[in-house]
Amino acid sequence: MTAGLPGRLALVALGGAVGAVLRWWLTSTWDDAAGTFPWTTFAINVSGSLLLALLPAWAAARRHERLTLLLGPGVLGGYTTFSAASEQTRALLDGGHVALGGLYLVGTLAACLAAVALGRRAVAVLAATAASREAS
Amino acid sequence: MTPVLVALGAAVGAPLRWWVGQRLDRPALPWGTFAVNVAGSFVLGLLAGLAVEGHALALLGTGFCGGLTTYSSFAVQTATLGREDAGAGARYAVLTVVAGLAACWVGFVLGA
Repeated sequence: MTAGLPGRLALVALGGAVGAVLRWWLTSTWDDAAGTFPWTTFAINVSGSLLLALLPAWAAARRHERLTLLLGPGVLGGYTTFSAASEQTRALLDGGHVALGGLYLVGTLAACLAAVALGRRAVAVLAATAASREAS
Repeated sequence: MTPVLVALGAAVGAPLRWWVGQRLDRPALPWGTFAVNVAGSFVLGLLAGLAVEGHALALLGTGFCGGLTTYSSFAVQTATLGREDAGAGARYAVLTVVAGLAACWVGFVLGA
């Protein structure tokens, strides 16, 4: 069953609110202090990228568009943040921590892409296992 | 109070991101995700330049800008582009990261 545009927007809004509050809770529990590598935001973006790549492995999410919208663009979109990564990089560079800022910028991109590659590999392995189980 | 403001901001930012993505994302280039990530970086830089903090930062920064921008979709779309054409994936990734940082910097300077 597919939802209309208002329903879809509401699902993404609901999921986004949940993901953002989770991100807020993590960053207020483990504060990314100025002048240091922002490990908490880094971990949020890497874990969110991994989970988004893994989402198609979950049969229920493949079958139900509304669940995919709630969890993908919703929860994981709200959980991860590109703007905070930009602002933290800017603040590091502005504060004279040029090497750390560069490391953070490149490190986040590399780690998130590696997490997506890992997630997709896992999805492919799971799909192949399921297919061979069905065949036998 | 703070988590409610974060949730409210994200409840506006996240559906706006999804809607822009629906309108502008193409398999060849996810312009929608690019646009929201650059725009959100600009606004967050502006808020930092204006030294916005407390409840306003929770609503507009952590909530709205955080919900509007996404690293997860950016990473997944870059990987998808890169699977077809490694050069296109690399160009999209570098363009997004550099434009996001530049927009954030411009926002910060305008606000400060």
